[in-house]
Amino acid sequence: MPIEVLMPALSPTMTEGTLAKWNVKEGDTIASGDVIAEIETDKATMEVEAVDEGTVGKIVIAEGTENVAVNAVIAYILEEGEDASALDNVSASSGGAAPAAEEKTAAPAEEAAPAASTASAAPVAASGAIERSDAEPRAMSVMNATQDEKTYTSFKTQTVREALRDAMAEEMRGDENVFVMGEEVAQYQGAYKVTQGLLDEFGDRRVVDTPITEIGFTGMATGAAFMGLKPIVEFMTFNFAMQAIDHIINSAAKTLYMSGGQLGCPIVFRGPNGAAARVGAQHSQCYASWYAHCPGLKVIAPWSAADAKGLLKAAIRDPNPIVFLENEIMYGQSFEVPDDDDFVLPIGQAKIEREGTDVTIVAFSIMVGKALKAAEQLAEQGISAEVINLRTIRPLDVNTIIRSVMKTNRLVTCEEGWHFAGIGSEIASVVMEHAFDYLDAPVARVTGEDVPMPYAANLEALALPQEQHIVDAAKAVCYR
Amino acid sequence: MATTKRKRATTRADNQASSDDLLKYYREMLLIRRFEEKAGQLYGMGLIGGFCHLYIGQEAVVVGMQSAITGDDGVITSYRDHGHMLACGMDAGGVMAELTGREGGYSRGKGGSMHMFSKEKNFYGGHGIVGGQVPLGTGIAFNYKYRGEDRVCLTYLGDGAVNQGQVYEAFNMAALWQLPVVYCIENNQYAMGTSTQRHSSSPDLYQRGMAYGIPGEQVDGMDVLAVKEAGERAVAHCREGKGPYILELKTYRYRGHSMSDPAKYRTKDELDKMRKEHDPIDMVKKLLIDGNIIDEAGLKDIDKEVKAEVAKAAEFAQNSPEPDVSELFTDILIDA
Ligand SMILES: Cc1ncc(C[n+]2csc(CCOP(=O)(O)OP(=O)(O)O)c2C)c(N)n1
Ligand SMILES: [Mg+2]
Repeated sequence: MPIEVLMPALSPTMTEGTLAKWNVKEGDTIASGDVIAEIETDKATMEVEAVDEGTVGKIVIAEGTENVAVNAVIAYILEEGEDASALDNVSASSGGAAPAAEEKTAAPAEEAAPAASTASAAPVAASGAIERSDAEPRAMSVMNATQDEKTYTSFKTQTVREALRDAMAEEMRGDENVFVMGEEVAQYQGAYKVTQGLLDEFGDRRVVDTPITEIGFTGMATGAAFMGLKPIVEFMTFNFAMQAIDHIINSAAKTLYMSGGQLGCPIVFRGPNGAAARVGAQHSQCYASWYAHCPGLKVIAPWSAADAKGLLKAAIRDPNPIVFLENEIMYGQSFEVPDDDDFVLPIGQAKIEREGTDVTIVAFSIMVGKALKAAEQLAEQGISAEVINLRTIRPLDVNTIIRSVMKTNRLVTCEEGWHFAGIGSEIASVVMEHAFDYLDAPVARVTGEDVPMPYAANLEALALPQEQHIVDAAKAVCYR
Repeated sequence: MATTKRKRATTRADNQASSDDLLKYYREMLLIRRFEEKAGQLYGMGLIGGFCHLYIGQEAVVVGMQSAITGDDGVITSYRDHGHMLACGMDAGGVMAELTGREGGYSRGKGGSMHMFSKEKNFYGGHGIVGGQVPLGTGIAFNYKYRGEDRVCLTYLGDGAVNQGQVYEAFNMAALWQLPVVYCIENNQYAMGTSTQRHSSSPDLYQRGMAYGIPGEQVDGMDVLAVKEAGERAVAHCREGKGPYILELKTYRYRGHSMSDPAKYRTKDELDKMRKEHDPIDMVKKLLIDGNIIDEAGLKDIDKEVKAEVAKAAEFAQNSPEPDVSELFTDILIDA
């Protein structure tokens, strides 16, 4: 059988090109590696090398032909011992090798794929129906009750800081593979004292002070997690995780997928996120929507000490990479925490902190406290607000939000971050997709102002979302 | 040029500074010290918020380096930036008013202690992300070379910053393209609570450019004359078109990392020894007195002047109004 020489593609998107020049003629003997032709597109020129050896049996496409389709037969090479008669049957069977004008209109291969998710997308959320694992479609199925949290009888009062420390200590006691790494986590006891006492109990093999090399130690910890260790990486604040975001997303979040399920990454990235007080633009920012955007990560943002403890323990046990967003201003606040070593909270489950009937307020992290205070103010004004503490941002607890909105018909979302492509935007979309008919007012978003964080006290106060903004937004959606 | 790894502890003996120079260094270092003491005080009064990183103890570094360049050269540093700004000739009142977050501050109150700039004085910040200023300063040097200007950029970084990967990416490009940048490593021996021994595999930070062929020297950063002399050598190297240079300035910060750091990771003896035996201001003071350049009364007059300047700055910083609320939404993008 003569060997077919096909029109090669210069790039993945090339569909056709010009056969500019033949360097051989019929009857020439060629060896693999010989340049036999030159092809061109409007962007580039490339030499065609022979891959096989033999004799040029037939040149099918003449020099200078334009619009030659990729993969069309341009020549035949006769193998040793074959003569021209071998060409008799092939030429007939693959005659369609000529210019490919009609084929091109029929199948512009590389453009066909995206069409499915854009042009042809029905009014259903383009990405919603099939792949989105965090959203059960449509209001009806959303009615399935979420599983109830275990109830506890004995409690102790703890700060968020202590709860986080205890969560780590308990998990480290239970699992030798868990270790903590970060700047000032050991000898200094944590820049914000969250790892206080861990060095004493677990030693410097498991509580590791690093140099200031975020991308380096994040990559290292991720590599260790590929091997089954369970690192807890503390970022002094999430602002500095921007140095390391490449490994969080490109390595930790994607490797399971890229390896076809072989390499998991049981790692927790934790530290304070969001605005601190008066530290200016480079040290005051909410990263919730940055990480929540990315498949392959789970994103948690606790509010209370119980959230912090139960969710951090769950995060450490989870086999996936988790971004755990704490808040510096919350560290010193005290809450009741179940007094039980087995206390763990489920990831992906929001909590209704206050029940209400007139408006749903969704918040996470420090904004939950502000939402609860706003709800009190609203109650005095005769508006019954339901406050949902998201606790996990991704996977988002769509059920709890939708069920609440079906009851109240009004929604206010709250976050410290910027509004553009924020968590509120996602929630508004989800509610529109699943409970459009239940909404009596457009969803209102309370967010940080669309500016880098200013340092001046007066401007900083104006840049951050406050209790009063939530009250105003709730009244607005209630048309009051 | 081959990699030099001169470990010469340059000392005062090598130097002859003029009386005027010595007096100038004394005054400039004293201004930084008094300014920082005042900032610490205002912080304690709640007039300055957030992080505030004082420069006390390290004054000889910026004053010495500044005397090795001209006003046309650039300077960029981290968040520990007050001293650099004063050394660049920025107005103490404008710096202090930025610390208090007022309209009269260099960033009109929007930057804060860590983020100040003065295009006029060629001071380019004021950066909060450890190591971030290193490629930026290298880019400023790139700009100088690109435009064919005879200017150098002093790029300051801490001993902790030296471990950031982007520092080496910058070193490589600076050496590759022979950029006029002097990397001034202020080795104050601690990155927050972590001592150099605990964060760096090799304690000799001046050698960090060896792999790129960048010459480096270690300098007594408590000795302003030694700093100036080494600075002049480094700057001359850049001006001759030979590319980057590294100076490791061994120094010490007397205060905690920031106002909220009790600095329990080091002994009081260590600190006292530094203060007593290596204080950069005392050193120059002794030269002035021993050389009969000025007497105690003369020094007192300088002290008074400096104190008055700082008091004026503090007053301005307290009386300057907060920025107008409309400032919240300005300077985000330039209208195009
Ligand atoms: C990327 C990054 N990581 C962590 C921090 C927090 N941080 C601020 S200063 C500092 C120590 C830096 O030490 P060094 O470079 O020696 O400078 P010095 O403070 O001694 O002047 C740390 C860890 C930060 N600002 N940026
Ligand atoms: Mg240092």
